[in-house]
Amino acid sequence: MLRARVIPCLLLDGVGLVKTTRFRNPSYVGDPINALRIFNEKEVDELILLDIGASRVGTEPQFDLIRSIVSEAFMPVAYGGGISSVVQAKRLIATGVEKVIVNSAALRYPDLIGALSREIGASSTVAAIDVGRDPSGGYRLFNPAQRRLTDIDPQAQARRAVAAGAGEIFINDVDRDGTGDGYDLDLIKQIALTVSVPAIICGGAGQLSDLKLAVNSGAAAVAAGSMFVYIGKHRAVMINYPKYEKLRELLSDD
Amino acid sequence: MRSEILVLDYGLGNVASVLNMLHHIGARARLSKAAEDVAKADKLILPGVGHFDAGMRALSGSGLRDPLQQAVFERGARLLGICLGMQLLFESSDEGVSVGLGFLPGRVRRFDVEGRGLRVPHMGWAVVYPTKPGSLFDLSAPEQRFYFVHSFHAVCERPDDVAATANHGDTFTAAVERNNIAGVQFHPEKSHRFGMALLSRFAEAA
Repeated sequence: MLRARVIPCLLLDGVGLVKTTRFRNPSYVGDPINALRIFNEKEVDELILLDIGASRVGTEPQFDLIRSIVSEAFMPVAYGGGISSVVQAKRLIATGVEKVIVNSAALRYPDLIGALSREIGASSTVAAIDVGRDPSGGYRLFNPAQRRLTDIDPQAQARRAVAAGAGEIFINDVDRDGTGDGYDLDLIKQIALTVSVPAIICGGAGQLSDLKLAVNSGAAAVAAGSMFVYIGKHRAVMINYPKYEKLRELLSDD
Repeated sequence: MRSEILVLDYGLGNVASVLNMLHHIGARARLSKAAEDVAKADKLILPGVGHFDAGMRALSGSGLRDPLQQAVFERGARLLGICLGMQLLFESSDEGVSVGLGFLPGRVRRFDVEGRGLRVPHMGWAVVYPTKPGSLFDLSAPEQRFYFVHSFHAVCERPDDVAATANHGDTFTAAVERNNIAGVQFHPEKSHRFGMALLSRFAEAA
């Protein structure tokens, strides 16, 4: 049986890796190729690489840099940031990226997810759903290109994405990002349990027990940024990842 | 002296990652779409990701189907099919209407997950259990796991063509081997040290 996947989520801004808090104040954490080498040694299940610079400025993926980063990975790498066409997605897949993640482009071009899914396959097409909250605490889709909360219901957006052909949903919690306060389990239940494809949750993980809670709430995979790049209460930068035996003990059904 | 591994470039499959891992383990390997290269190769990898029909169409359209058959059956070249590449070795698939290569008797079937709380595609790391000695798996190794992403699985007509199994609800065929023909449903190129061990064994096999 599959164990739920545990996935470091790395943010690229320019050529460096950064970490944000609530999607703001990116702070430099290191060189991406170096980080990949270390995660590779630690035998992580999978990796997510998001170019928040490309997403913010509206530029293309940095293909050459991505190829260099991915050539250090001998596990699946999902990449997102600046993808708005099938041509770009195919180019990324050809360089070794396992799955492409689309976010604001899918809002701009409603046919994008379907086109990607038909061309590269549903299991390589991931729809990213950034979630924030309105003043009354209701979940709302966050548009990262415009950097604002929309009126769109994230659950409805997730269902539309799956109906269009997305093989996976990547839920990114804007408000919990970088806080280590734990995942929002209600958010996971709201989205993961209403779609038929795997859902990955990211934003808020602070300790191993958070991962288990998320899986028990329906997440097929759990992703984290701060937890795997910082250690200790002073948040010293150090790439870390739990040992396989620890994760197996934590997350297996038996 | 290990033979060079030829990775078939017929338009499908994540060839960059396969080559990357082969080079990383020190195997001599290259990509080719030339029929003469395929016909002369002693070791071949057939990668593949996507739909069964798209795979057969691409393989036939590439002009590599016949040279591949020739290399495998007339010259005894070793062949390793990966993911869709393994499925194409069989006669047909629930996924489409194309006739497969038919190198191994059997059919590729969809996972039956109706009402069983399982998801398709089967995506993630799973433990693989070798079932017989062969060129791919070290039987004395402790737990071996690999990365899978697929919605269909091969069912061998001859049970002893099965080289390894895994579990998704029920036990299914994770790898096959018969003489010089082998296939793995998982992605060794995405399975870090486990994939490296498997590809090293393939590279070393006579």
